[in-house]
Amino acid sequence: MNASHFLSRLTDPIAAIGRCGQFLLRMIAGIRPGNRLAISSLQQTYLVGARSLVIIMICGFFVGMVLALQSVNALQSFGAEDQASLLVGKSLFRELGPVLTALLFAGRAGTAVTAEIGLMRATSQIDAMELMAIDPVHRIALPRFLAGLISMPLLAGMFNAMAILGSVVFAIGVIGLDPGIFWGKLQNSITFQEDFLQGVLKSVVFGSLVSLVAVYYGYTSKPTGAGVGTATTNTIVVSSVLVLIFDFILTSFFA
Amino acid sequence: MPQNAVELNNLSFSRGSRTILNGINATITEGSVVAIMGPSGAGKTTILRLISGQLRPDGGSIRIFGRDIHQMNRSELFAFRRQIGVLLQNGALFTDLTVFENIATPVREHTGLPEALIRRLVMSKLNAVGLGGTENLMPHELSGGMARRIAFARAVALDPSLMLYDEPLTGLDPIAVSTVSRLIRETNDALGLTSIIVTHNVVQMQKLADYCIIIADREIAGAGHPKDLADSDNPKVRQFMNGEVDGPIPFRYQSEHQWSLTG
Ligand SMILES: Nc1ncnc2c1ncn2[C@@H]1O[C@H](COP(=O)(O)OP(=O)(O)OP(=O)(O)O)[C@@H](O)[C@H]1O
Ligand SMILES: [Mg+2]
Repeated sequence: MNASHFLSRLTDPIAAIGRCGQFLLRMIAGIRPGNRLAISSLQQTYLVGARSLVIIMICGFFVGMVLALQSVNALQSFGAEDQASLLVGKSLFRELGPVLTALLFAGRAGTAVTAEIGLMRATSQIDAMELMAIDPVHRIALPRFLAGLISMPLLAGMFNAMAILGSVVFAIGVIGLDPGIFWGKLQNSITFQEDFLQGVLKSVVFGSLVSLVAVYYGYTSKPTGAGVGTATTNTIVVSSVLVLIFDFILTSFFA
Repeated sequence: MPQNAVELNNLSFSRGSRTILNGINATITEGSVVAIMGPSGAGKTTILRLISGQLRPDGGSIRIFGRDIHQMNRSELFAFRRQIGVLLQNGALFTDLTVFENIATPVREHTGLPEALIRRLVMSKLNAVGLGGTENLMPHELSGGMARRIAFARAVALDPSLMLYDEPLTGLDPIAVSTVSRLIRETNDALGLTSIIVTHNVVQMQKLADYCIIIADREIAGAGHPKDLADSDNPKVRQFMNGEVDGPIPFRYQSEHQWSLTG
């Protein structure tokens, strides 16, 4: 590996971030509030949300059960299994809810959006749109981006709800903790500002990251089958890495 | 007296180190139907993409209705493109929209017409291509030839002043070929358009076109009325018009490195 090759390895990701940012600006610059944008964004929200809802509910339920199991296991040695719901709630609202939802969302909806836009590129639909003097960034990319932004917090909320249900089923139904104590601790331990808002903010940020990456890679994919494949892979890899990096940044910002 | 709709002045274009077009000069008068012909890979699609502003020339200029389109910024170009209709080589229908919505898309975008008028306009375009009744189908439910005709209807939906067709006749059955050529001619004359057609179909071209430009070897090998071209002095033009295998135009891809069996 020679020096320039090595250098480009370092600069390529930075350049990619710059181009992503430019793409974001191009989308934002084109926002013309109106019925058409609202309708197509809501349509996309429905598609994106419906695509991801089932998998997110199932995963949420199991994550909740695992959380309850692990917390009870860990706390039992101190005789503090009453506090289990505190651990479940905090870790869910602050970390696991937004992060796991974002990762699942990237895998389910993000890749689908990339492949869809990439295929439009490969079959000249994007060219055709430009030739009709319709800006494809506004018509195709923007509604899908906004849809990601809207649906991520909703999906994260659904994930949390299912996870709490899972933890209740496991901790109360299987282990036999006292329901009153479990629910009471959960209610008292979760604060609106620190836990709930932090979770919502994270899911909004992650939603915009994932959907920006998804529309960007779809829009810039090479117009071939292999090109669309590479773009789809890039979406999942890059958005997962970004979600985890931003999770750290946001958490340290709140701490 | 007819004006020039399109002027190509000393146009050249390369991809990497390969020169695709070199020193192309041509004028296309308003109201005419002009065919661009030439062997596969000669750069016909490239010329159309230069005219529609999707590609930038490396040298020379293109004037459309007197305006240099490569001097425009993006929004001027977009505004200008409303006058240009393009039929791409594969039709490029929007696969997630119905036939009706495909044709309605440019109309919705660029006119404030009420829904009832849009409906009438779309249906009249659909009937003009002989596909009334298909408005609720999705593009994947159409045959290749039907898709081409829908794409045609979409391209003329806004009544452009200049139409660019990339191989509109390829892959159609003989009846559809005649239908589409007649459609091109009638649309051209009824709306007073100028049409540029890339085609391989010499017979149809002779019936359809007022003027024909033959591109080979990066340059214009011949231009003129189709009837005159068939007995042109230029051996390249004669070879192409008569479909002969032997002649100055090679069948193979021209690359810098030619391999030979003898080594
Ligand atoms: N995206 C591209 N990248 C690199 N080279 C290209 C690209 N598109 C076309 N070319 C090259 O440019 C040349 C002209 O291509 P063009 O598509 O204009 O040919 P054409 O005359 O339309 O051929 P056909 O009749 O087969 O459609 C070809 O030799 C092709 O190899
Ligand atoms: Mg071509």
